[in-house]
Amino acid sequence: MIQAIAFYFFATIVVGAAVMTIMARNPVHSVLWLIMAFFNAAGLMVLVGAEFIAMLLVIVYVGAVAVLFLFVVMMLDIDFAAMRAGFSRNAPLGLLIAAVLLAELLLAVGAYNAGGLSLGTPDGSAMQAADKSNIEALGALLYGKYIALFEIAGIILLVAMIGAIVLTFQPPKPGARARQDVGKQIRRRPEEATVMKNPEVGQGVEL
Amino acid sequence: MIGIEHYLTVGAILFVLGVLGIFLNRKNVIVILMAVELILLAVNLNLVAFSAFMQDLVGQIFAMLVLTVAAAEAAIGLAILVIYFRTRGSIAVDDINRMKG
Repeated sequence: MIQAIAFYFFATIVVGAAVMTIMARNPVHSVLWLIMAFFNAAGLMVLVGAEFIAMLLVIVYVGAVAVLFLFVVMMLDIDFAAMRAGFSRNAPLGLLIAAVLLAELLLAVGAYNAGGLSLGTPDGSAMQAADKSNIEALGALLYGKYIALFEIAGIILLVAMIGAIVLTFQPPKPGARARQDVGKQIRRRPEEATVMKNPEVGQGVEL
Repeated sequence: MIGIEHYLTVGAILFVLGVLGIFLNRKNVIVILMAVELILLAVNLNLVAFSAFMQDLVGQIFAMLVLTVAAAEAAIGLAILVIYFRTRGSIAVDDINRMKG
């Protein structure tokens, strides 16, 4: 009973937050609603015992991707009101396509529910053992059988990181302030940089 | 009783909302990117639901990979957006015609 209540609670909020994400007038609000949607989707995943994916969703999405969006939205100085000009013009086509998609997906769910197709049963090699936690079982699988996928994922992230840096890097303009001349720094000797003085009592030091 | 079909329905609704978002916000690239994130979230929800339903953890491994690709996509997409704004001073989709495609 409590599971059903929790499911409907999370499901309602995640759908509502998704609606607000695409309808909000201000993109900053859109990002905040997106964070809400991800939080509640993480709740849905915890309900079926996928704690690690739920944690990743909160850490990666709310902690990194959503904040990235927030930064970009606030960095770009854009008249967002003008951007919504075509909203009502595009709505009928968009609603039509959405209706077709939803009907198709619900048909698929209904067909699956009515018996579905039998594609064989899992061979049990990737089953979660009863005495292991979700994270432990996932880790054993990820660092064992699927180590190649794991490393490919790492390379994808590395390429994305390098790509983002290369795309947004601006070489400093010539003559800009605070340029460092390494050669000049290395050529500098102690005798031209420091002076020994032995002033009389009551006298100052003149440089 | 909550079954797999409930999860699949939520996933389907989220996916459709993501597609709808792309159509409704045709002019705003940032919201389009957010709608793509919603679509990927729907896919992840389906993967996790089937993984739990079939007692097979590979679905969760795959959801992790989808998450990785989604993060990479967001980073690259927003980087392109930033340099586009730097050169053109606008991010309207209609103005993106440099390559005459």
